[in-house]
Amino acid sequence: MNDLHLAKRALTTEPIRKGFGRGLVEAGKLHENVVAACADLTESTNMHFFAEAFPERFIEIGVAEQNLVTVGSGLAAMGKIPFVSSYATFSPGRNWEQIRTTIALNNQPVKIIGSHAGLYTGADGATHQMLEDLSIMRAMPNMVVLAPGDSIEAAKATLAMAKDGRPTYMRVTREATPVMSTEQTPFQIGRAYVYRKGTDVSLITTGTMTYQAMVAAASLHKDGVNVEVVHVPTIKPIDHQVILDSAERTRHVVTVEEGQINGGLGGAVAELLGENLPTPMIRIGMNDRFGESGRPDELLKHFGLTAAHIAMTAHRLLMDHTGHKH
Amino acid sequence: MAKTQKNYSAADIEKKANQIRIDIIKMLEHAGSGHSAGPLGLADIFASLYFKILKHNPDNPDWEERDILVLSNGHCVPVRYATMANAGYFSRKELMTLRQMGSRLQGHPERQRLPGLETTSGPLGCGLSQAAGMALALRMDKAQHRWVYVVMSDGEQDEGNIWEAAMLASKYHLNNIIAITDRNNIQIDGPTETVMPLENLREKWESFGWHVLEIDGNDVEAIIDACQMAKAIVEKPVMIIAHTVPGKGVDFMEYDFHWHGSPPNHEQAIKALKELRTLGGKIRSEHE
Repeated sequence: MNDLHLAKRALTTEPIRKGFGRGLVEAGKLHENVVAACADLTESTNMHFFAEAFPERFIEIGVAEQNLVTVGSGLAAMGKIPFVSSYATFSPGRNWEQIRTTIALNNQPVKIIGSHAGLYTGADGATHQMLEDLSIMRAMPNMVVLAPGDSIEAAKATLAMAKDGRPTYMRVTREATPVMSTEQTPFQIGRAYVYRKGTDVSLITTGTMTYQAMVAAASLHKDGVNVEVVHVPTIKPIDHQVILDSAERTRHVVTVEEGQINGGLGGAVAELLGENLPTPMIRIGMNDRFGESGRPDELLKHFGLTAAHIAMTAHRLLMDHTGHKH
Repeated sequence: MAKTQKNYSAADIEKKANQIRIDIIKMLEHAGSGHSAGPLGLADIFASLYFKILKHNPDNPDWEERDILVLSNGHCVPVRYATMANAGYFSRKELMTLRQMGSRLQGHPERQRLPGLETTSGPLGCGLSQAAGMALALRMDKAQHRWVYVVMSDGEQDEGNIWEAAMLASKYHLNNIIAITDRNNIQIDGPTETVMPLENLREKWESFGWHVLEIDGNDVEAIIDACQMAKAIVEKPVMIIAHTVPGKGVDFMEYDFHWHGSPPNHEQAIKALKELRTLGGKIRSEHE
């Protein structure tokens, strides 16, 4: 889509967390009340750029994720905009109740960054591959939930969070992944974007899976299937209009996410369509199981989070519900 | 200049504490649920805080120069509500809405419902770390003339989050925190030393890098003196271990852990109020 200013070819790759790191420094320059705290993963979460730029506004918490978010709540109570980072499996994995009480119910604008989410975490194995974060955070009132699709979008999301007065969770990932968007591509919290227009099936995706869906769409196009790709960087509040419009156009939906299919993006879209526009759909994601050690490409293939598997699933949905072989 | 403390004497504050206890009994009886022992035991500490120690303004709860009071053990909030009402934050009549639908006085405190609460609490172990965040923010803003007080229970120190916060406050030398532990030796399942021994509590806090003061937490003068002394300790955060009597002021509730999470029924409330109104039987009530 020309109006979205997506990258045309020769994609570069960069870890999504790096976009967060860059964005946080920018946010720090723009807003003097932006502060940061980390639980002994400053470089891993790319918060070290901020810590080096603004040492007096950075707090090293140590390996204590319950403390991380509750200190964040206290900072916010005094007018700061705190960004608190760790691995997603620990925060919000370990400290969910502290987030619920002292940030969400207390309605303090703490920005929780969960890095190393998803299968892309690779060799570290199932303990460190957070796949439930979107589900558990989406269940929490007052909480905004973001999963940017690439590093450039993560930087924009970070700047947007700094200006937004709501408690927010953002998942970012470790490995370098393709950069689809450009500085000109729009991003607003709460908006979904049609990355590719189509008429036969909607691939509704978030985070790293949007790129895989774009590749799948290109291969489906060769098979004569006209695919729409809807990128959903805000899981909550989810963009009703863009998703419903797309489902209405194509009447077939496949959701794709690097996380559990129960309760995440797939859950959110199923709830939205079920109540407003019942539509044949298939959810692609982790199917109620844990990951394991391996290279990211091996893991994505094994668990069916590749362009090829997405394309095959779209074919299956169309065959089952139209009877036409594409 | 917003309002600071009037010059209340220790005797005045003791009378306030007694009125707060009377209000607590009435509120809990009316609500039909809630915690009795902790709030009664904390009445002297809360009266001392709101009528002597804290810089605050009931007419402007968000006053930018105020001291912060974090209540970590949110289940003891009836004592805070009763004290705030007596200090003029809202009418004492509203106390009777405790725990009812639509009330600003939720069973556990919610910041956005009632101005002046500073935070939302109930699930234990989170107050000290929020206080640490507040103290860090005040330091960044060079506003260390404002103090962050945190009242916490002894039983909640079973929670690991407390000790994470203890290390952080010590690491950053957060001398603008004054913590008060309500050491009443009871928790829901029984005596703290049976459920999960906390002793030697003083040595624990000292070894975590805190300056520890130990006082009779039902002695108004001792409470005021300790908070004054805490401000003079510039190297470290200060923990005041305040030994209190759970259920203080009501003979049949004192020291009995069964009153941790229960309210008085009507007959028990009448008995408790009679005792409180005659100051433990030491004076004859004007109504008698």
